[in-house]
Amino acid sequence: MLNNPATIITGHYGSGKTNIAVNLALEFADAGEKVCIIDLDIVNPYFRTADFDKLFKDKGIYLVAPQYANTNLDIPSLGFDLAALLRQYDRVVIDVGGDDAGAIALGQYSTVLKNFGYDMIYVVNSFRYLTSTPEEAIELLRDIELVSSLKATAVVNSSNLGVSTTAEDVLGSVEYAKAAADAAGLPLLFTAAKRDISVPGTKAVDVFVRPFWEENDIEE
Amino acid sequence: MERKLMKGNEALAEAAIRAGCKCFFGYPITPQTEISAYMSKRMPKVGGVFLQAESEVSAINMVYGCASSGIRCMTSSSSPGVSLKSEGVSYIAGADLPCVIINVMRGGPGLGGIQPSQADYWQATKALGHGDFQLLVYAPSSVQEMADTVTKAFDLADKYRMPALILADGLLGQMMEPVAFEDVDISFGDGSDKEWAARGHNNERKHNISNSLYLKPDELEDRIVERFKRYDVIKANHTEAECYKTDDAELIITAYGSVARIAKAAVDAARAKGIKVGLFRPITLWPFPEKELKAACANAENVLCVEMSMGQMIEDVKLALECKKNVEFFGRTGGIVPKPSEILAKIVEMTQKGAE
Repeated sequence: MLNNPATIITGHYGSGKTNIAVNLALEFADAGEKVCIIDLDIVNPYFRTADFDKLFKDKGIYLVAPQYANTNLDIPSLGFDLAALLRQYDRVVIDVGGDDAGAIALGQYSTVLKNFGYDMIYVVNSFRYLTSTPEEAIELLRDIELVSSLKATAVVNSSNLGVSTTAEDVLGSVEYAKAAADAAGLPLLFTAAKRDISVPGTKAVDVFVRPFWEENDIEE
Repeated sequence: MERKLMKGNEALAEAAIRAGCKCFFGYPITPQTEISAYMSKRMPKVGGVFLQAESEVSAINMVYGCASSGIRCMTSSSSPGVSLKSEGVSYIAGADLPCVIINVMRGGPGLGGIQPSQADYWQATKALGHGDFQLLVYAPSSVQEMADTVTKAFDLADKYRMPALILADGLLGQMMEPVAFEDVDISFGDGSDKEWAARGHNNERKHNISNSLYLKPDELEDRIVERFKRYDVIKANHTEAECYKTDDAELIITAYGSVARIAKAAVDAARAKGIKVGLFRPITLWPFPEKELKAACANAENVLCVEMSMGQMIEDVKLALECKKNVEFFGRTGGIVPKPSEILAKIVEMTQKGAE
């Protein structure tokens, strides 16, 4: 799985897309790949991949973001050549904006992505309000596929309730994710669980997207 | 109770619907657009009305009309859009009508920026429109409180026939946290039990008219004096605040909304260093929880007011404490969110100064 040069991360906003995208990018980089991560979120100016520019720099990951990301300019302008990036890098991870609204930005790259080959992950979270049933999750997936002109190739279960997520929460969500993946006719790639709650049968991920007061910038 | 992961904006919108909000009139602006987006999806499913107005001015005047009929209604915007609504808010207050207005604050003045801010404290608590009036102002500091305060706002707005405002900020609107919704008892029904509502008299009673124009000064004065008697009842009964580790505190931090969360992290870090510091968080900004603050500061000599502005709430803090305590300020503005370490540094500085 994930053998194609482009790894696209889509889903409902709040499903945990950005966190999965950052984790995968770091994993690819650790495996020795030359990685580029694209923040394609033109919908939401808060809590986004571009917030982690320093982390990417440290890991040698090249970050591409909308030209005015994290500024006060609310202009969804994208200025990069995806084909060139796909030639230049072993792996391009694309963190797409939430919902079909966010996936519209992906549509313009569909031809390039089809030519180079892509894996498109659909991230689900059973605790998110409007995708808490497999049926709702599939309804949104179809909308995303429609506007992006691309087909999802795998489901990732990122069910979480933020900081207070327990192992039981994660385990309880597996059935939901399996049902969603089955209904979509896609494989369930993995269930993600934050590293500090070790949950058997899941992939441990680091939590990068968190509120300011949980960022411990105070030195002991 | 079942918990869901929601954005503050979504939780607020869902809670409004559950609190019986039947009509929402909005206009998009970052960082509160999810409220409108959510309402547009949910309102048709629950038999309510979502209407995107042609401007903020029209949205608030639609609220004015809708509120006249006794139906629970709401509008939301962010700082520049709220300024546009101010004329309508004043008219609604002048006509003694209940409604809920949301301000998910961003940087100002003018168009300012789109990152979080608390620079509309003065506007919300002192002057969201001309004339002698107040708004009920709630300041949630979590996604759960975004939901809880909207229910309270609708209830008290109805009870006291006045507009209520939820003063949130971009951080609270955009961040996600688990939230649970309590079943709300909406006993007022469709508003037909409101004897003042203008919803058809069927020749069975006198006309109900929503109006803020009183050309005879004595009549206008009577209206205003009656309104302020209601305000006194609210001041006596509906102030709310949270105290965190204030019992033995020698230094009290005052902060509201999202900044209170950051201040809490700083309090814990200071406590770890052995500094006796606590947090006082107003939940109602009007009425300001004066007696609660006085009680919390009983053993403290020093007070530190932390805001995402150049210092606005600090004036109410000083008034409440009658200038008997040393009140200092730390703030970031323009969309910059203070870090726990910055607040901690100020705590340490004040503590060391006190020791000298």
